[in-house]
Order: sequence, then structure tokens, then C-alpha cells
Amino acid sequence: MAEKLLVNPIDCKGHAACAELLPEAITLDEWGYPILDPRPLPPSLERHARAAVSACPTLALRLQRLP
Amino acid sequence: MTAATDSTQSDAITGLPRLLPPPEEKDRKQDLDAHLERHGMLPYRERDGVLIADIETAGLTGRGGGAFPLHRKLQAVRDAADKRRRTPKVVANGAESEPASGKDATLLWLSPHLVLDGLQLAAQAVAADAVILYTHANRKHDVGERLREAINQRRLRSIDRIPVELAEAPARFLAGQETALLNHLAGRAAVPTFMPPRITERGLNDVPTLVQNVETLAHLALIARKGPRWFRSVGTDEEPGSMLTTMRRQDGQPKVAEVPLGIPLKALTGDLPAGSAVLIGGYHGTWVSGSDAQRLTMANSSLKEAQARVGAGVVITLPSDRCGLVETARVVRYLALESAGQCGPCFNALPRIAASLAEVAGGRFRKGTLDNIERWSGLAAGRGACHHPDGTTRFVSSALRTFASEIERHRGGRCSATSHEPFLPIPKATALDEQDWI
Repeated sequence: MAEKLLVNPIDCKGHAACAELLPEAITLDEWGYPILDPRPLPPSLERHARAAVSACPTLALRLQRLP
Repeated sequence: MTAATDSTQSDAITGLPRLLPPPEEKDRKQDLDAHLERHGMLPYRERDGVLIADIETAGLTGRGGGAFPLHRKLQAVRDAADKRRRTPKVVANGAESEPASGKDATLLWLSPHLVLDGLQLAAQAVAADAVILYTHANRKHDVGERLREAINQRRLRSIDRIPVELAEAPARFLAGQETALLNHLAGRAAVPTFMPPRITERGLNDVPTLVQNVETLAHLALIARKGPRWFRSVGTDEEPGSMLTTMRRQDGQPKVAEVPLGIPLKALTGDLPAGSAVLIGGYHGTWVSGSDAQRLTMANSSLKEAQARVGAGVVITLPSDRCGLVETARVVRYLALESAGQCGPCFNALPRIAASLAEVAGGRFRKGTLDNIERWSGLAAGRGACHHPDGTTRFVSSALRTFASEIERHRGGRCSATSHEPFLPIPKATALDEQDWI
């Protein structure tokens, strides 16, 4: 099933572990905060996306199920 | 501030005003007797939820700025309550944290009973068991005292089925944002939280919560009495009904009037000579040139051509002796200070944008300053927990667009302002100093 990345911008403190683990879908702005690819994740990236979600020290990154 | 009402609007043909007392009653004390005489008793329905169909037919949308269809929100709260087996709560939002807006304060001062009726009716529509009226302390008139009196009069006559709790909003720009409001009511700081989940699912005390602007509730109170067709007899087919607007012109004094949706903007702005500009919506709104404004009406279907929205009905005509860039820079400084400071993109971008705008406003700004503003705006929009960065950057972009020729003048070290007196109202950015809140 399709999923996309979602970040809680309040919990996010810019650790950037997510961008490190999923550079294909996450880049950083000039202040170190994640810019998420808004499109549904291709299946090939799903494992890496889950790793990125687990790696976030503040649990700010989520995967949102798409209808 | 409760602004002067524009009493030229009372009209047997349009049937306005609806929400505000007619001009003939300007000097009459608007107490419960006056309200009952004019509007009759609050008409509860035989069953909960029955009012929603009438609201759908009426096409009433939120008057707090979002213009979301009320019937959908009511239904969402009912559905969430059924699904989760929780009893909802209703909050009437009278915080009016937009400094340029005075319509809610005016409505609460002149027609508190319509708002209170609407609050009870909304509660019945969603089968709520608690209602709260959230207002902002007002410097000129003690709105809190007026409301306590009104609630007491109603209690003596057993009008309200659910006792109304009054709560006071702190003097912050974001205090009226719906999640910030709920945080404040829960005893926390009045700053936003990230959604999902939506507050219609999980709000105050984790129950489905309906938050509605006080003006929306006042319209609800009249639709319940007079029906949806009456409501639709003014306005446009797509955007029916009347709305309250806060206007400012040359003298900077706010005037609140009730107008039909779709009224030509010209009727609200006054004369628009060449080089003039209008701010539509408030500090998260849009600057539009005077020449564009001539063709527009107060309806989203018209305003969207100019990338503007009706919002909370603020319409400000910039006097020809002021500089739009200077005024914008003043406002954006305030907006940056009012960031909740929770989200990286917002608290990084907004102060930088404010500083760069101050440079542009001051004349002879550095190369790259405009590009920086554009880049930072692009980074901030949509990346916060609330719409503060989105609204602020929309306001900034519209200023750079509308005042493009003024920017060129500033580049050459000139400014077309002949008065340096501040025009747009800005509260002192501290909660301690409510005296200066307008």
C-alpha cells in the first residue's frame, strides 16, 4: 500500500538522521531541517524509509498511509 | 476596540444589518430584552443534529477566515463522537488575534445574545455537553463584563441548556489559532500543535471539539429562526449571506459594517486613485493594487484572481502619503516576533525575512536581498505546524508584487511616502502591554 513521508515540525530538531538514511527522498534546507519529497514512496525505498523513521531521535518522522 | 459601525448600511431593501442592531437603536442598551424583542426566543430543535441540514442548505461557511462549510464540520464532530463514543465540546472563538480586525469585538459588544444563542444551537447540533466562549480582553470596552452580564441574564430566564464558561485569550497573534486555543484551555501555552489528528476527532480533553468563530455562530442563530432561504437572500449563489467587515481608510480608524458577500470592493475601500493599494484579509492577507481592486468584489470567487481571499473581512486602503513597503516591514517584524518558535523553518525564515524587508523599506538595500526573501519564503511556506509561515509569506509576496515600482524607487534611495506616521495597527509585541492592543 502507498505511503508518504510526514514530519511533525514541532518535534523535529534538525538532527538530520533521516536525510542521511534516505537522501533519495529527503534533503535539508539551509538551516538543517528536512524537505520531504511529497510524492508516494516507491516500493524500493520503503525499507530505507522505515529505517529513517526509526532513526529519528525525536520520533518526528512518520510514514503516512495513503488512501 | 469596538469600532464605529458604519451606519449607512441599514437598508430595508437588503435587509441589512442582520447581526448588528439597526442604526435607529444605536443608543439603546443591547440587553436580553432588546434581543428577544428583535429576534424572539432561541429556537432549539426537537432533536439533536436536525439543524445541520438547514445549515447545509443555507451554505453558511466559517467567518473566522477559513470559510469552511459549517455543516461539514458539524457532521464531522457528530461522526467522530459516534465512532469514538465521546461527548463533544464546543468553543466559540472570539479571540480576534488579528490586530487589524475589530468585527468580533464589535459583535460581542453589540449582539452577545446572538453569539450565545448560536453557541447553544451548535452544541445541540453536535450533542455536546460543554461550551466555552473564548474572548480577548478589550482595552476600550469591558467585553468580559458585558458577556458575564449577558450570560447571567440568560441563566435567570433558563435560556441556556449548557452553562457557558468564559475564557480569556492571551494577547498573542496565534492565540486564536484553533489548536493554540485548545492548548490554552487545557492549561498549556497558547501555541499550536501539529495536526493530524484533527481537533474534530481529538480536541479538548481528547474529545471531538467544534471551534467556531463568534460571527459564524451569530449567523447560525438567525438561520435557526428564519431559515436557509432567508440567509441566501443576500450574497451570491456560491457565497451566500452577509458578513462583517473591518475597514480602514485615510484616517486609520476602524469601521465595522455588515455587508452582503459579493459587494464591490470599491464600496469598502473608497476612492482608489492611481498608485493606491488595498490590503485584503489582514496580516496573513494580500496587497492588491488600487486599479486591480476596482474590478473585484468581496467574494472568494472574485478575489482569487488577485490571489486574495475574503478571510476575516479586513479591508484596508493604504493612504497615498504612506509607503506600502514601510508598512509591510513593520507588520512582518511583528509577525516574526509572534512566531511560536516551535518549527525550524518558521523561526529561521521569518526573522530573516523581516530584517531584509526592513532593509528594503529603508532604501538602498543590498544585492541579493530580494532573492533571499523569495528563497526564505519558499522554504517557510507549508513547513510549520500551523499556517503562520504560509500566511506571512503570502503577505510578503503580495507586497513585493504590488509595490514593485516602489521597490525600484527605494533602490535608487527614494521613497514616495510623505508621512512617516505608522498606519497599520500593531500591538506592542508583549503580552504585558495590552493597553496598546487595538
